[in-house]
Amino acid sequence: MAIELKMPALSPTMEEGTLAKWLKSEGDTIEPGDIIAEIETDKATMEFEAIDEGVLTKILVAEGSENVAVGTVIAQLEGEGEDSAPAPTPAPEPIAETPAPAPVAAKPVASSPASDPEIPAGTSLTQVTVREALRDAMAEEMRADRRVFVMGEEVAEYQGAYKVTQGLLDEFGPKRVIDTPITEYGFAGIGSGAAMGGLRPIVEFMTFNFAMQAIDHIINSAAKTNYMSGGQMRCPIVFRGPNGAASRVGAQHSQNYGPWYASVPGLIVIAPYDSSDAKGLMKAAIRSEDPVVFLENELVYGRSFDVPDVDDHVLPIGKARIVREGKDATIVTYSIGVGLALEAAEALAQDGIDAEVIDLRTLRPLDKETVLKSLAKTNRLVVAEEGWPTCSIASEIISICMEEGFDDLDAPVTRVCNEDVPLPYAANLEKLALIDAPRIVEAVKKVCYV
Amino acid sequence: MAKKPAASKAPAKSAARSRTKAKSPQTAAPSDDPDFILHSLQEEFEAAKSFAASDEQLMEFYRQMLLIRRFEEKAGQLYGLGLIGGFCHLYIGQEAVAIGLQSALDNDKDSVITGYRDHGHMLAYGIDPKVIMAELTGREAGISKGKGGSMHMFSTEHKFYGGHGIVGAQVALGGGLALAHQYNEDGGLCLAYFGDGAANQGQVYETFNMAALWNLPIVFVVEDNQYAMGTASARSSAETRFYRRGTAFRIPGMEVNGMDVLEVRAAAEVAFKHVRDGKGPVLMELNTYRYRGHSMSDPAKYRTRDEVQEQRDNHDPIERMKEVLIKAGHDEADLKAIDKDIRKVVTEAADFAESSPEPAPGELYTEVLVEEY
Repeated sequence: MAIELKMPALSPTMEEGTLAKWLKSEGDTIEPGDIIAEIETDKATMEFEAIDEGVLTKILVAEGSENVAVGTVIAQLEGEGEDSAPAPTPAPEPIAETPAPAPVAAKPVASSPASDPEIPAGTSLTQVTVREALRDAMAEEMRADRRVFVMGEEVAEYQGAYKVTQGLLDEFGPKRVIDTPITEYGFAGIGSGAAMGGLRPIVEFMTFNFAMQAIDHIINSAAKTNYMSGGQMRCPIVFRGPNGAASRVGAQHSQNYGPWYASVPGLIVIAPYDSSDAKGLMKAAIRSEDPVVFLENELVYGRSFDVPDVDDHVLPIGKARIVREGKDATIVTYSIGVGLALEAAEALAQDGIDAEVIDLRTLRPLDKETVLKSLAKTNRLVVAEEGWPTCSIASEIISICMEEGFDDLDAPVTRVCNEDVPLPYAANLEKLALIDAPRIVEAVKKVCYV
Repeated sequence: MAKKPAASKAPAKSAARSRTKAKSPQTAAPSDDPDFILHSLQEEFEAAKSFAASDEQLMEFYRQMLLIRRFEEKAGQLYGLGLIGGFCHLYIGQEAVAIGLQSALDNDKDSVITGYRDHGHMLAYGIDPKVIMAELTGREAGISKGKGGSMHMFSTEHKFYGGHGIVGAQVALGGGLALAHQYNEDGGLCLAYFGDGAANQGQVYETFNMAALWNLPIVFVVEDNQYAMGTASARSSAETRFYRRGTAFRIPGMEVNGMDVLEVRAAAEVAFKHVRDGKGPVLMELNTYRYRGHSMSDPAKYRTRDEVQEQRDNHDPIERMKEVLIKAGHDEADLKAIDKDIRKVVTEAADFAESSPEPAPGELYTEVLVEEY
């Protein structure tokens, strides 16, 4: 039974090559593993190895032949006749000159995100710090689900570098509140593996600056696994910790990673501002079947806000919140920017400008509907972001407004971001580099042409 | 598989030591440290180096290794025909490692994780070659629905967790699987494979540290196939005796001939028992050899044909098993018949992988996230 030997593809991109040399002649007996020929590609000379055994009966392409297309029959082998079935013929289309137009896949229609649950009338509110709200969320979920555990640097005996995990060790013990060595890449990987193995890890990074050491696991291991496995293997994990500029800690400890993570399909990215959102969204994050990056802010940890006294305060992921209604201009922001935007809105009110403030809360998936609806109402929009301007959440919002809200715009969408420099240490320079309420006021006035 | 002799190094410098005086009284070398069982597993293994397999087990080892060999040969062929794209890393030559180790697992409890050279580890579970080959050709019927490819295959049903493309990442992930075994008290262990190249990644040692610190049930396996892509281990590794690399973390090491399935299995018995007894991680170095390039697009200019041929002629794990079987009274024709059956299975897998449809375009958007938000 004749076996056709075909010009092999020797690299992911090879389409043709030169048959440099035949190392066997017609009539030679070939054993599997024998090198039959040398083939030259644009990158290297490669050996063509025999798979089957038999006698080389015919050489069809002479040595020295150039531009031999992949798949061309170059020789024939007479097998032993019993078991060496010919290799299947490749589908006819692989070496098309121009790629066939890819069939357009129908994108799933995004379901409109759920709204925050109604808080029953008469529900009491308690002032809680963001720090405590986060801790309470973790503790409640740990009580409800034994698979949930916390790991990170100083989360247990030290009670948390920023005291977010305070008291958890006492209640849940060292098995569920695990101090790790200072080894972010390693423990982010161990956390991701534990999630793949069925647990619900909460991995604390002392700050997200240190998570850069671990970003490979966050993106390559956690975010892509469900997709790469065709839905077989999940990675339900929460990576959390403070993000963005703190105070006078210099360039390496003062970066907002929101835009980085928000660019990755497969991740959920949450960046809440107040205590109620911190608690409700943390609980949702822990319950999510998807990997979540939960970005907190050190400067906000100590601020107190009302949290409703309900048994199970869970908020929807992927839903922005209008924190101040207004009709003249929209300020879109998140995390610490919310406080600055509210401050700016108060100042603008003094000047007769009624600004609406939207807290995105979730950066991925982004709640476009709420942003576009507000734009349709106010026709003017400013994005305020404590972070660099280039390739930012602000850039993304602007793009969405251009693509989907162009007809509603009465002025160009404007962004107010940090200066495009590493964060300096000197107090005066740091102040100059970071966004503040006056800059937001100025930008809103600009889009209102006043 | 001769290794370069270990460089004789001067004993630890005393200058550095004086500064650590206040730290701990633990100044003894590991060999003098009665609590550190650095060599005991190797000694136990050396005492009974060849697994006493039943005739049935011998046949099964032979059949499984041959299935991997023929499957990979066919995969190489399909790659040459353009049916398999991208990167494709073949396991030819290394078959005894996966079969020897995985045959000793308790598949109801234990988990396995590896890097991108993962076809053999999947086949070792008895997973249908059709769905593996269909994944290689990027078809809907592939085990990852065609969305993973050669490097990203998983079978959570079998507790096989992939299939990872970033060199060394699977070691930390394996640490996490071991943590889950310990946390759930399910009695399982994690078998985490990595190569001699990955053995130089920092996260491997971060994981060693935590695994030893937390006494995790994990067996670290260095599949030393002598080359980190195209760089010979002696050119990339200051210490090529990889089994020693756990010493700094108090992880006992074992050095095993990975070309002999019976030796691998015997070593696995010793290592797995140690871990199951709650004594913490083990590091195994399996010396093996890959006949083919690192991936299909490897021009193999970093080694000679003679070197590869020498391995094929003198150390081939399948030929070795064949000799054992013939000595045990099986005749050559029976073994040839097994080969014929396997070739048929592999040909059917290739036909299936070629004729299965590609994923529907709508699959592009599925499984990015599990939930809807």
